[in-house]
Amino acid sequence: MVPIDITSWSLVAQWMLSFGIGLAFGAVLESAGFGDSRRLSAQFYLRDMTVLKVMFGGIITAATLIFLTSSLGWLDFPSVFVNHTYLSSQVVGGLIMGVGFIVGGFCPGTSLVAASTLKIDGVVFLMGVAAGLFAFGETVPAFEAFYESGNQGRFTIGDWLAIDNGWALVGVVAMALAMFYGGEIAEAMVGRGQAWSDVALVPRNQWKNAAAATIVGLALFTAWRGQPDAADRWQVVAPQAQVQLTERAVYAHPLEIVQLKQNPGLYVHVLDVRPEHSFNLFHLKGAWHTPLETFDDPAFYRQLVGLPPNTVLIVMGQAEQEATAAWKRLQAERVPNAYIAEGGYNAWWALFPPESCLAESLPGADPVVERATWRFTSAIGARSYAAHPDCGCVEQDITCGDEAHASGRGEHPALPAALFTPKVKVKTGPTRTGGCS
Amino acid sequence: MEAVDAPVRTERYIDPYLAGALLGVVLFCAYALTGTGLGASGAINRAQLSIVKLVAPSHVDSVKHFAATAGGSRQPLADPSVGMLLGTLLGGFASGLLHRRVRVELRKGPRATAGTRLLLAFTGGGIMGFGARLARGCTSGQALSGGAVLSVGSFAFMFSIFGAGYALAWFFRKQWI
Repeated sequence: MVPIDITSWSLVAQWMLSFGIGLAFGAVLESAGFGDSRRLSAQFYLRDMTVLKVMFGGIITAATLIFLTSSLGWLDFPSVFVNHTYLSSQVVGGLIMGVGFIVGGFCPGTSLVAASTLKIDGVVFLMGVAAGLFAFGETVPAFEAFYESGNQGRFTIGDWLAIDNGWALVGVVAMALAMFYGGEIAEAMVGRGQAWSDVALVPRNQWKNAAAATIVGLALFTAWRGQPDAADRWQVVAPQAQVQLTERAVYAHPLEIVQLKQNPGLYVHVLDVRPEHSFNLFHLKGAWHTPLETFDDPAFYRQLVGLPPNTVLIVMGQAEQEATAAWKRLQAERVPNAYIAEGGYNAWWALFPPESCLAESLPGADPVVERATWRFTSAIGARSYAAHPDCGCVEQDITCGDEAHASGRGEHPALPAALFTPKVKVKTGPTRTGGCS
Repeated sequence: MEAVDAPVRTERYIDPYLAGALLGVVLFCAYALTGTGLGASGAINRAQLSIVKLVAPSHVDSVKHFAATAGGSRQPLADPSVGMLLGTLLGGFASGLLHRRVRVELRKGPRATAGTRLLLAFTGGGIMGFGARLARGCTSGQALSGGAVLSVGSFAFMFSIFGAGYALAWFFRKQWI
C-alpha cells in the first residue's frame, strides 16, 4: 500500500527521489510551453487556454488516480498530506499572486523552467520571487494574526459538503470538462478570430472525446465504490496498533502525564471521554470534554490534525476500555502523538486522592471497570489539587480547612514518589508538509 | 541576446490536454511515492535563505520565519524540496534542449519594451513570492497539488489567482498583446 513512509529514509535518499520527480515535473512543464511568458499570459486574454487545460487536466488526472486507488484500497489517503485550509490568507494570497501573474507573466514553478531554458525574463522573475519571499519573512510579524487565522486543518471538498470524496471528484471533473469546453470556444473566437456561427460546438476530436469519457467513467466508478470508512481505515493501522496495545506501549502513567504537562516545550491535551455528569463532578484541569460520540464527528479530527506538531494527546476515561476504543479511532484517522491514560481516572485518584471534604473513596470498588471508585459530594470540576498536581495554581480550589491535607490550607503537596516507565515519544521530526511550505 | 516577440504559435509544444494528463501522472506518482505533492516556492525560499545565511547568519537567527527553516545549525538546502527544485531545472533544461528551445532570449509581448518587461518581471516575481508565502504555497504546491487532493482552501486560492489575473488583464494589455 502506498504512500511509502519516506520520513524514515536517509535525507540523501529522500532528496534523490524528489530530484527524480522534479525531473519529470520540469520536463512536462517545459514541453507544455510553460517556459514562455507570452503563452502563459495569453490565458488572461482568452487567446490561448493552455494554462487552464494543463492545470485542470493535471488536477483531474491526479485526483482521479488518487481517489480511485484509495477506493480500491491501494493508496492510504489519510497518510497523504492535504494542504491545510486557511481560507482568508489563501484568498488574499491568491489575489496577490494573480496580480503578480499578470504583471510578471510567470508563477514560481514556470519561471524555473523558463530560467532553465535561459529565458532572461524567467531569470529576472525568479530573482524577484526570491526578493518577495525575503520581504514576506521580514514583514510577516506585522500581520501574523491574519496569517495564522482561520486554520480549518485538513479540509477536503467532500468534508465541506458532507459527501463522499468520490462524488466531489465527479463534480470537479465535470467542472473541468465544462471549463475545457468553454476554453475551446474562447480560443476559437478570441484566439483565432472565428465568428460564433463558425465555431464548432460539437467536439470532434475522437481521442479527446474518448479521454473525457474515460475520466468521467473512472470518476463515477470511484464514487460508486466509495472511499474507505472508519472501520476500513482502522484495518490499515490495526496490525501495528494492536501490538502497541498488547505491549502497553501507549499507556502513560499518571506521573508521566504530570511530567508532560510540566514540560514547557509541549502542548498536552487531555481528551476526557466520560459522560458529561462524570466530567462535571471531576476532571483534570484544562481537559477537553470529548465524550465517545465526539469521535464520530469528522470536524473533530480536522481540529486535531491541525494542532502544532509538538502536541501530545492523552485519552482518559474512567478506566481503560472506553479510552482505548477512542484511541483506536484516533489511530484510524492518523492523529499523531496520541496516548492513553493508564488506569484512567480510577488510577489517577489512587495516586492523587481528592480532599476528604470533597469526595470519599468507595471501598471494594473495582478500579478496572468503567465505574468511578470515588463518590463526590458536589460537582467540583477541576477545583481541587488532585485535578492539577502539575501546577501550583490553587487559587480556584475549594478549601476544606483540613489541617491534615496540605492543599486544604492553600498549599501544594509534593508529588508522590512512584516509579514508572516513560511511554510517550513525541514525534516532532520530519512530518509531511507541502512542497511549498 | 535577441528579443523575441514573434507570435506564440511558432513554437511546437505538445497538446495541452496530453501535457495535463502527463502532469497528473507525475503528480500522482509524487503523492504515491512521497505522500506529498509538487512544489517550487518552498525550495526557492530555502535557496534565498541560504544566501541570506551566508551574508548575515545572525539576521536569519533573529527573524522568526527565517529561523524556523534556516536558524542556528539548520541547513536550509538539506531538504528534499531542494532536490525537486534542481530536478525541475534540469528536467526543463533537458526538454528545452531536446526541442531546441534553449537559447538566451527575452520573451515579451509585441508592444512591450525590453526594459519594462524586465522591470515588470522582477516586480511580478516579488509580488508572487510574497503572495506564495502568505497563501502557504504557489501555483504548483498549493493550487495544483492541493487541488488534486480536493483541499477546499486550494480551490479558493486557485480561483483567487485567476480572478485577480482576469480583473487586471485589461490594464496590462500593452505588455502582452
